[in-house]
Amino acid sequence: MLLNDEVGMLRRVPLFSNVEPAKLKLLAFTSDRVSYGAGQILFRQGDEGDAAYVVLSGKADIIVDSPGGQVKVAEVEPNEIVGEIAILCDVSRTATVQASMPLEALRIRKDHFLRLLREFPEMTIEIIRVLADRLGHTTAELSEARSQERQAKH
Amino acid sequence: MEQSLARYIWTHTWKQQLWILAVVAASMIPFYMSFNLPKLIVNGPIQGQGFETPGTTQPFLRLAYDLPVFGETVFFSGISLDREQTLFALSMVFLLLVVVNGLFKLYINTYKGRLGERMLRRIRFELVDLVLRFPPHQFRRVKSAEIATMVKDEVEPLGGFIGDAFVQPALLGGQALTAMLFIMLQNFWLGLVALVIVMIQLGIIPRMRRRLIELGRQRQLTARQLSGRVGEIVEGIGAVHIHDTSNYERADIAARLGRIFKIRYDLYQWKFLVKFINNFLAQVTPFLFYLIGGYLALQGRLDVGQLVAVIGAYKDLPGPMKDLIDWDQARQDVQVKYAQVVEQFSIDHIVDSRIQAVSSESVPALDGPIAAVNLSLVDDSGARLLERVSVQIKPGEKVAVVGTAAGGAEVFAEAVARLIWPESGRIAIGGTDLLQLPESVVGRRMAYASSDAFLSQGTLRDNLLYSLKHAPLTPTVYDGELETQRNWEVGEARKAGNPDFDLNSDWVDYAAAGAKGPDDILLVIRPVLEAVALSRDILDLGLRASVDPSRHPEIVDRIVELRLALRERVAAEGVSGLVVPFEPGAYNQQATVGENLLFGTATGPELADKALASNPYFLSVLKSAGLDEVLYNMGLEIAGNAIELFSDLPPDHPFFQQLAFMTADEIPGYKVLLQKLKGRSYATVSEQDRAQIIMLSFAYIEPRHRFGLLTEDLMARIVEARSRFHEGLPKELAGAIERYDPMRFSTAASLMDNVLFGRIGHNQPDGPERIRAIVREILDELGLYDEVLDIGLEFNVGVGGRRLTGAQRQKLDLARALLKRADFLILNRPLSALDQRAQDQIVRNVLEEAKRDGRNPAIIWVLANPAMSQLFDRVIVFHGGELVEDGTHETLAARNGIFKGLLS
Repeated sequence: MLLNDEVGMLRRVPLFSNVEPAKLKLLAFTSDRVSYGAGQILFRQGDEGDAAYVVLSGKADIIVDSPGGQVKVAEVEPNEIVGEIAILCDVSRTATVQASMPLEALRIRKDHFLRLLREFPEMTIEIIRVLADRLGHTTAELSEARSQERQAKH
Repeated sequence: MEQSLARYIWTHTWKQQLWILAVVAASMIPFYMSFNLPKLIVNGPIQGQGFETPGTTQPFLRLAYDLPVFGETVFFSGISLDREQTLFALSMVFLLLVVVNGLFKLYINTYKGRLGERMLRRIRFELVDLVLRFPPHQFRRVKSAEIATMVKDEVEPLGGFIGDAFVQPALLGGQALTAMLFIMLQNFWLGLVALVIVMIQLGIIPRMRRRLIELGRQRQLTARQLSGRVGEIVEGIGAVHIHDTSNYERADIAARLGRIFKIRYDLYQWKFLVKFINNFLAQVTPFLFYLIGGYLALQGRLDVGQLVAVIGAYKDLPGPMKDLIDWDQARQDVQVKYAQVVEQFSIDHIVDSRIQAVSSESVPALDGPIAAVNLSLVDDSGARLLERVSVQIKPGEKVAVVGTAAGGAEVFAEAVARLIWPESGRIAIGGTDLLQLPESVVGRRMAYASSDAFLSQGTLRDNLLYSLKHAPLTPTVYDGELETQRNWEVGEARKAGNPDFDLNSDWVDYAAAGAKGPDDILLVIRPVLEAVALSRDILDLGLRASVDPSRHPEIVDRIVELRLALRERVAAEGVSGLVVPFEPGAYNQQATVGENLLFGTATGPELADKALASNPYFLSVLKSAGLDEVLYNMGLEIAGNAIELFSDLPPDHPFFQQLAFMTADEIPGYKVLLQKLKGRSYATVSEQDRAQIIMLSFAYIEPRHRFGLLTEDLMARIVEARSRFHEGLPKELAGAIERYDPMRFSTAASLMDNVLFGRIGHNQPDGPERIRAIVREILDELGLYDEVLDIGLEFNVGVGGRRLTGAQRQKLDLARALLKRADFLILNRPLSALDQRAQDQIVRNVLEEAKRDGRNPAIIWVLANPAMSQLFDRVIVFHGGELVEDGTHETLAARNGIFKGLLS
């Protein structure tokens, strides 16, 4: 897969969908293309977050440590980004991500990503928009869950 | 140091000064004779005096004196010579005198020079010796650059003066007196005139020069401060940039330079005014002679011959007078300089030289406790740092020192290490005051490490073993010329009052570290490095270094074995994509196009980097393989992509590190070039432009850059060109490249590259880290770990150790404190640059490592993390400069005190 194809893939990631192609190309160029075998771990829960990953092909499991052992909570598919929270705010990884089949990903380093945000405000605005959108969804979900909870109590 | 320069010079050189005075006196005899000889030659053989009739002979070298008691005594009746023979003989004597005078001059000058240089060496050594003995607080007041200037520049003129210090006035004074006397004898009044003028000269000129001296002193001071400020700017350059104060610094320097200029300009004005007056006085005397002498002659009270003789004699007066005044100025000048320097170095509480006396004996262990009694410490401003602390620490005790911020824990450790002296109270070891103990005891039986680790420029090994270099232990044996050289060095050192310790002897005290000698020191170094978690860093440095085969033959011999082991390991772990090895007949996708073409490391400038694209042989190979146009097109693509990606970014943007093809500065140039080449066919492009573009293709790696420029066919053609390149390699290029050879070690490449013999796959997550981990394991399995560690220890740490990270420097400092195997180990927050987890791990390791070989040293550890104190026998807690709690971890943690507060 070539740089231009990667740009195409990045555009399909909601976080980047409205960012100028030229910026996406720079982002792709400064990122590393990494391949993982099935079972290989992209990052572990509790590690310091230094990069986000855009899955180009293959699939990965999102696994969370719980008192009862490891629990798979979700799956990452091509065109999805994973680990972006840890590079936007300084928190450690909240989950472990493990490739469930051979996987190709674009590894976007934290410092590069933040640098791009700083340099290209239009990109930052795009990202804020997506995050705000997500927050809106989460808030809506939360209030819905709360009201259901309240109804259940009564 | 001696306050008066003259006395200082006399005390150290009076024998030599007397000798040189005697030699100067002796040299006067041939000097006077050579004055007299021309008269004898001209009057005798040439004019014919005494040879009036042909055939007359005169005695030559007749020695006869009219002695008071014996009457005329003939010592040697002489040889009879005729007129021509006498001319010849006298001329030969003249030549002989010329040679003798010259030799005297040569001897006197060299002797004086040597005398001066030896004294200079002595002074400089004494100054540095004093610096080594300064009390610790002194160093907070002086700037290092100023001290360096004083030692290097300010005492320099003393060397030139010392040889002349006593000889010059004697010689010149003598000459001037003689001339004066001669004039006096001719005519008393004229003599009086000359004397008066000379007295005026002697009275006024030195007085005027006093101001010159004052200005000179100011010049010296301001220049020294300037060098101190420049040093400060260099050391604090980070702060300058961070706070945007570069223009403030510029203003400061400009103001200082202005002040120096003013002083120097004043100096010139005075200097030349003095010169003018001096010259005027010298010239006015002949005027008076003509006027008064002429008047006397007209009156008939003085004959003309006398007047001429007086004027003639006066010619010899100003010369020596001027030199004498110059000498006096030089004297005052160096006296001021000397006094200035001495003043700076005259400090109270200089450490007694006996405390630092060299000792080659092994020092017995300290078996008494360290006891602080009513110990109070203050800082420079007089603020209390520690207030009447009394505490005792027994040998073998492990004590954690914790405290609130500025509570006194750190200064307590510094006081135990003698880095700060007690204001009142004292610290004693086994009953002896710590300050009275020689450094040979404290420096060997006690070890100290703190967060500000000082490293000197040199290898890691030098810095690591620095803590063991107390005395020249094993004498070096010299023979032949080296022995003569060494004897000369020793003799000269002694004559200049320097010590004659041999820097070439092995200073390292291996026994103290628990080793037998240089061969097994690595065995004790390695566990210490492991304990401070530094061995991995050093191993990586070793892997990154290039190896000198003569020093490390084993690793060179076993490189094939290593490569094989790596392949097997990578295959066994199922990650063969991690390394792509170089194979002579295959294209290596993970290497650059250039590497694939060359298939070797450039060892000379001809084929390195940018020169490659314009190397005629290389180009001819490309052409014959039909690659030149392909690579040109590839270069165009790359240039287009690079400009598209990067032209918006500012030139100092960190992303440029990702751009392997060109630097930020080259982008505008390539932009223009692309415009120019647009739509032009390859054939019409100039050689130079082609090279510029083709060059870009050499850095291309498909999996890294992903521009999609490599095809199977192209790769095959590149491999073909590679073999053509090597087959037809002309002789003159043979030394410019070292071909990749699976069976041989390449001295041009780093050790890691040698082991890899390939490239790490770019698509492998954390490839370099994983490979390093694997290589480390393999080295351990093959027993080569120590060898590589040894190579890593040869790494040069740079000025102040700046080529290492802060954490590495601190670890190194801790390692060398451990290496000493001291009885008391004082560790003053030694790892502040590390994160908490790493610090805690090292605390555990070090406590363990200190016990190696059945030792049981006392450890006083000022901890950054109070929780770690549970590993210690005892905890002492400082707060507000006082020792507030003392006990075991459990008791203190149970109590509701400061310690409990620190823990939470």
